[in-house]
Amino acid sequence: MSSHQRPLSPHLQVYRWQLTMAMSILHRVTGVALAVGTLLLVWWLLAAASGPEAYEAARACMGSWFGRLLLFGWSFALFYHLFNGIRHLGWDLGLGFEIKTAYATGWTVCAASVVVTIVVWIAAYAAMGAL
Amino acid sequence: MAGSTQSRRSVLSRVRYLGSAHDGTHHFWIQRLTAIALVPLTVWFVISIIMLAGAPYEDMTAWLSQPVPAILMVLLIAATFHHAQLGLQVVIEDYVHQQGLRVAGLVLVKLGAVALGFAAVFAVLKIAFGG
Repeated sequence: MSSHQRPLSPHLQVYRWQLTMAMSILHRVTGVALAVGTLLLVWWLLAAASGPEAYEAARACMGSWFGRLLLFGWSFALFYHLFNGIRHLGWDLGLGFEIKTAYATGWTVCAASVVVTIVVWIAAYAAMGAL
Repeated sequence: MAGSTQSRRSVLSRVRYLGSAHDGTHHFWIQRLTAIALVPLTVWFVISIIMLAGAPYEDMTAWLSQPVPAILMVLLIAATFHHAQLGLQVVIEDYVHQQGLRVAGLVLVKLGAVALGFAAVFAVLKIAFGG
């Protein structure tokens, strides 16, 4: 980086946290988390390709309480990134830039991410016959 | 833009449309293209995972041996790793300022995405072709 004495923009700490900025940062955070989560997908597929023993080991690991906790976190990250990504695609089309609309779509994304995460987990447990 | 007679861009710059990153809109466009592809693929993936929750080896491999799940899984893997790689690239470019670390990070992300993507596709094909 250049060491010239240039004017700096106000430091991050002077900004009051707002929904829109928090969601923008969370989009990045969930994106990075999902990129790490792809390791799990690759492991699951490779384990299945390797045979029953490797698959059972992967299944036991993902089915443990810690595995389920990670999967729960990743599922929320997935739905948040999916729904907020659709919101971003809307912006790319020039839609929803009004401040009121940006807040309305923002809260919708947050609510939908939480609701869909819970519904999907209930559905998964129901599909396993655990409910 | 192209039609404007008031543009201050040089003719060559306008013809090339590459801007300061010398990459034009290619990165932006591919990130959106993969995002659009991932919307239906993610919905399919989530529904499949709900059905497969806790599935034993035989059920999982029988499912992935079918043409449609195998093809969709390969498409999901390709779009996911391409999208993740583009996203992680931007994160590294934004936050890692030390030149060596930045280049190392970009190399790791690009090669890692290719390696993991190919490994995952291989696993799917092995299962699909009855490995």
